[in-house]
Amino acid sequence: MNIVVCLKQVPGTTEVKIDPATNTLIRQGIENIINPFDTYALEEGVRLKEKHGGKVAVITMGPPQADAALREAISLGADEAILLSDRAFAGADTWATSYTLSKAIAKIEKYDLIICGRQTIDGDTGQVGPELAEMLALPFVAYVSRIEEIKDKYLRVTRMMEEGHEVIETTLPAVITVAKEINVPRLPSLRGIMKSKNAKIETWGVKELGVDASMVGLAGSSTQVIKVFFPERVHQAEMLSGSLEQKVEALIDRLRQAGLC
Amino acid sequence: MDYFLTEPQKTIRDLARRIAEERVLPVRAELDEKEEFPWDIVKDLAAADMFRVFVPEAFDGLGGGCLELCLVTEELSRICSGVAVTYAASALGCMTLMEYGTEEQKHKYLPDIAAGKKLGAFAITEPTAGSDASNIKTTAEKVSGGYLLNGTKQFITNGGEAEIYTVIALTDKSRGARGASAIIVEKGTPGFTFGKKEKKLGIRASATRELVFKNCLVPEENILGKPGLGFIQAMRLFDKSRPGIGAQAVGLAQGALEAAVDYAEQRVQFDQQLINMPVIQHMLADMAIQVEAARALVYAAARYVDSGAKNLTESSAMAKVFASDAAMKVTVDAVQICGGSGYMRDYPVEKMMRDAKILQIYEGTNQILRNAIAVNLRKRKGRAA
Repeated sequence: MNIVVCLKQVPGTTEVKIDPATNTLIRQGIENIINPFDTYALEEGVRLKEKHGGKVAVITMGPPQADAALREAISLGADEAILLSDRAFAGADTWATSYTLSKAIAKIEKYDLIICGRQTIDGDTGQVGPELAEMLALPFVAYVSRIEEIKDKYLRVTRMMEEGHEVIETTLPAVITVAKEINVPRLPSLRGIMKSKNAKIETWGVKELGVDASMVGLAGSSTQVIKVFFPERVHQAEMLSGSLEQKVEALIDRLRQAGLC
Repeated sequence: MDYFLTEPQKTIRDLARRIAEERVLPVRAELDEKEEFPWDIVKDLAAADMFRVFVPEAFDGLGGGCLELCLVTEELSRICSGVAVTYAASALGCMTLMEYGTEEQKHKYLPDIAAGKKLGAFAITEPTAGSDASNIKTTAEKVSGGYLLNGTKQFITNGGEAEIYTVIALTDKSRGARGASAIIVEKGTPGFTFGKKEKKLGIRASATRELVFKNCLVPEENILGKPGLGFIQAMRLFDKSRPGIGAQAVGLAQGALEAAVDYAEQRVQFDQQLINMPVIQHMLADMAIQVEAARALVYAAARYVDSGAKNLTESSAMAKVFASDAAMKVTVDAVQICGGSGYMRDYPVEKMMRDAKILQIYEGTNQILRNAIAVNLRKRKGRAA
């Protein structure tokens, strides 16, 4: 069973700040982590490998420092890691990202199952998994909470729906995105960390993938972020001060002014 | 303070810290309350290779020494000292084997200890032999087919949970302590049963039981080293293991210091945070000094063990005594700073204070160890060693 796990390095916080001048994330001083949803994908891939044999390849697209996320994945049980990094890949939307990933996976050739997290915690779109399946012309199941059976060219999974669960059969290869209910990711091991420090990480760019630069990165993106902003606060609270009587008087005044009494 | 740890040592420490914070912290109050043995955490530690740290590479370990073992113990103890001693006692249980065992013996037992599949335990204490450790009564009579064990071991950490026990017993009763030998006894050997699980003041997640031997036949090949050297082997073992108790004390005191600082920052009385009051500031500063001095001494003693030095008794005793006294003092002060809240089980410091007391008692009471230090002091006429 050869498995490809796609993961993304994201800022390790949910309180991201936006630079108002450039509309981009302020990354200074924020530790980068593996997108938490992707850790479930990796864990499931490693468990399948441990049970059925084979290999787990992790793949990410990002700047050179995304190397750290791949090394962490190796410490958690991945066998091979590929970093898709090229200036031309910068500014990609989900479409261009999926396109680039699909080209890299096609280059890997030998795979039975592709696992992604259900969404990232920074972009939050949940689009890359399904787009990837579409581009590779593979069956796709989202929100998988349990792999029921997997064998040669056959997969049966349970996926979470808003009300209840659905059991789905499909052929392999296939793409699935997993929900956090699927497992409890392990901690790294000391031997895994030591292995990851010396692991060789392949880096593929436009040249290695043999893609047209106009199809990737900002150039290949059909959408563009024009502005990122916090919605203005339109509701305002005013705290009244003074003795209880003064506060009651003031409150009645305010309500009268607003025509409410 | 920078103790100039190597990169692998930092990796070990950081992962141990992560396990402690992510896996131990959420359950420590429950483990303490229920006096529940932390099997899930033992499995996590095993999966993370923590039991490999102290085992030589030839037996599936990572080949670390006393300092590496101390780093893991300290980090676990910062969150829960009961979990820390469970881990460290497994190392204690196989250190005699690592030191004196044959290749066959090591191959038979160490890989399972390293993988964390089996826990180890060490048994010398008996109802008649605490500080007077040479006064043991358990016998291992030489018979055809091996040794026949009879007697009772008391207060054995990991008792009942461990699979592999190093037991000190008299193979020659007539010679007293000079007739003692170290013997491996596996759980499940006929005639080997366990007494009740002790109810303790602190380190309640750890298991402490009696080991009962009634005509328990152990194969001859289970003896470690030469018969008659068991008592000396045990004393040398403790010289090497005591920095580990010191590390347990450092971690515990560190945890208490952190809890006290957190509380002092949050708590407001007389319109100011406690941490702004000189009286509290000085208490916290004294606690921090104790913790750091204890850590420096423990790491120095551990490194001395790892250097291969021979006369370890005094340095290891100093590290254990100083660190455990510091842990007792720091945890009592942490409760004091947290006041009424600190006395309640909703806060972690009362548990830390209960956990600290045993550190002044086991692996040599601090009084017995001061005796040992005094003996050496006399030998070297008080001059710096």
